[in-house]
Amino acid sequence: MPEILKDTIGPQKQFHEFLAEGKFKIQRSNVTGEFFFHPRIAFPGTGDRDLEWVEVSGNGIVHSTSCNRRLPEKGGDFNLSIIELDEGPKLMSKVVGIEPDKVEVGDKVKARIVELKGEPNIIFDLIKD
Amino acid sequence: MDINEIRAKTAVVGLAETGCGLAPGWNAMELMATAVYDAIDDAGLSIQEVDGLFAATAFHSMAAMSLSEYLGIRPKFADGSNIGGSSFLAHILTAAIALDAGLINVAVIAYGSNQRSAGGFKTISEAMPFEAQYDPRMPVSAYALAAKRYMYEFNASREHLAQVAIAAREWALLNPRAYMHEKGPLTTEEILSARPIVDPLGKLDCCLVTDGAAAIVMTRSDKAKDTKNTPIYLLGAAMEHHHRMISEMPNFTTTSATDSGKRAFEMAGYKYSDMDTVQLYDAFTINTILFLEDLGFCKKGEGKDLINGINPGGSLPVNTNGGGLSCVHPGMYGLFVTLEALRQLRNSAGDNVGVRKDGGWIENAKISLAHGNGGVLSSQVTNIWGLEETI
Repeated sequence: MPEILKDTIGPQKQFHEFLAEGKFKIQRSNVTGEFFFHPRIAFPGTGDRDLEWVEVSGNGIVHSTSCNRRLPEKGGDFNLSIIELDEGPKLMSKVVGIEPDKVEVGDKVKARIVELKGEPNIIFDLIKD
Repeated sequence: MDINEIRAKTAVVGLAETGCGLAPGWNAMELMATAVYDAIDDAGLSIQEVDGLFAATAFHSMAAMSLSEYLGIRPKFADGSNIGGSSFLAHILTAAIALDAGLINVAVIAYGSNQRSAGGFKTISEAMPFEAQYDPRMPVSAYALAAKRYMYEFNASREHLAQVAIAAREWALLNPRAYMHEKGPLTTEEILSARPIVDPLGKLDCCLVTDGAAAIVMTRSDKAKDTKNTPIYLLGAAMEHHHRMISEMPNFTTTSATDSGKRAFEMAGYKYSDMDTVQLYDAFTINTILFLEDLGFCKKGEGKDLINGINPGGSLPVNTNGGGLSCVHPGMYGLFVTLEALRQLRNSAGDNVGVRKDGGWIENAKISLAHGNGGVLSSQVTNIWGLEETI
């Protein structure tokens, strides 16, 4: 009988299913306690498969940022940033609630789950001091 | 086998480019095949002698196979590996190993593109998971994010980046074959006020979008001596990469060129200060700064100051054809970095490889470095080429 993987899902789908439940979870190695992103079947570089999903704080800082210029009729300018989570890993996202060219490296941000491209995804709001 | 044993075992004996600018009415394969036949002619060989074929394009999923069919040859060894714009510098390493091992006798490495005439920047890259939902405009968004981080960490400004584009244009003004040769010099003001694309990069921080094809012919050094041109020997070659998506780049201001460069210099037995010409993959202004630092020409963070010496007549001849910024950039630029590294040496040795204005050819050049970049500051491949006396 051919193998049918019908009772399990891969980590990419799992990530989005947690987001659909309102939980921002990323993976952590049970061996080293180190977090990583993006979701994978094993810790990158070591192959460690003893992993667990952990809900993270959603707090992070802007590691780098850019304003992508786009014609107004196509939606206008938008922000694209790399966020370093307090737990360590970096990810691509966008910072909203501020002009797209006013985001600065080092700004503190907080994750929020929204729907992008038909599925739940993470964006970030600026934390005002 | 110690990889360093391939040092100077192979050489380039022929090279050519065609359609570098605009080639409306030609498709990518026709341009690529033209470059191959021209390079074979330049080498004084025949197409029947080619038994190793290496190619990658953004037009062909299996470029080496499509090209060999078009040429009507049956390679004993072919490699269509695609690691982005640096693919060809990696093909050179693979070709050198295959030639040295006796698997093949004559290797051709080729690229062709009609992207500009066909409507603009051409890519066959898939959407990246965990990035595509944020609508990055790749590849420019990735380089903008690296540039912004560099500016933050090292107190660099857009004015610093602009000096890279200014130097490239000055070199292009000396090279009649450069796409921007007829244009005047660039000013910092022009670059800063150019249309913003992805801040902090504006239009003039980004490479050209041209058509163009290129090819080189490699053979073992013993056979190279019998050809009509000055052979240019492969002294060192090394590659490394660690990410595909910009969000996975371990350090946004340091590329794998630190390692590809270190191992290429080690194989060659030379150091950065021995390089007479330096050809770097300048898809964006930030590239030249990062690669000068990562290849060891200066410390991290000091590239923004070193670039004051890369203009014609300066202390370090960098991107002497005008680079991807002002000479040619048909989508994957690696083979053009290579061609310029080789041409400078052949000109220095007395071969006729074209005309430049005064200062466009580097006198007494004996060793050239060619550095390729692929993806989004991802794959880094360094080649070091030398005249016979450098062996």
